[in-house]
Amino acid sequence: MKADNTLKMTFPSRSANEGFARSAVAAFIAQLDPTLGELADIKTAVSEAVTNCIVHAYPGSVGIVYITVGLYPGGKVRIRVADKGVGIPDVAHAMEPMVTGGGEERTGLGFTVMQTFMDRLTVRSAPGRGTVVVLEKNLTQRSES
Amino acid sequence: MLQCQMEQTGRWLTVYLTGEIDHHGAGQVRACIDSRILEVGPERVILDLSGVGFMDSSGIGLILGRRRLLQTLGADLTVRGVGGQVSSLLRIAGIQSEEKTGGARHES
Repeated sequence: MKADNTLKMTFPSRSANEGFARSAVAAFIAQLDPTLGELADIKTAVSEAVTNCIVHAYPGSVGIVYITVGLYPGGKVRIRVADKGVGIPDVAHAMEPMVTGGGEERTGLGFTVMQTFMDRLTVRSAPGRGTVVVLEKNLTQRSES
Repeated sequence: MLQCQMEQTGRWLTVYLTGEIDHHGAGQVRACIDSRILEVGPERVILDLSGVGFMDSSGIGLILGRRRLLQTLGADLTVRGVGGQVSSLLRIAGIQSEEKTGGARHES
């Protein structure tokens, strides 16, 4: 299906950009008139995905985070967060709750939060090449009356 | 930007956080809270989140990390002033909190 509208942005994996990334995605999605709860869910999931890039994909270095947002007919939102970092050797294991390679008080709840707040989460990764996280949510359609 | 103010009454330390708690913000306030805890040696720390409009799992890490530190000192951590998006996050992590401050009003 073709997106009605798209946003692409790239930025360095600096932690100061976490707030910018979730706010920019939320501002773009606002045109679909989401509920405040839906917007909060999306901001939280994006924040988790971007933090993973910063903490895990590019540990001790700065790389580029790539975000694409697509808005589809029927109120479907698709957000792709990608990096060209170290990758995840075992995606299924990394997605289990409380599993973290993190230190620095990481809880291992990032993927659990993304799954809880979005309708669909897909993670693809290749060690040494990077990770692609796709987050999807179907917004409630408000009646036009 | 996440701001942190602390208020000491006897051996109770209240930490007021204002802003958004993410990995960046948590990193900014963590050392400051911990050094105050080690200086005061409190019996209870109250973490007031009524000024926090957004939190991700880094906030959970911040809370659990302070709770762990306080446990080694034989002290407690209470979380209060939780509402909206923050409360759904805490629910995922199973963190108990007190009623939202000012939430004593009866809603019909």
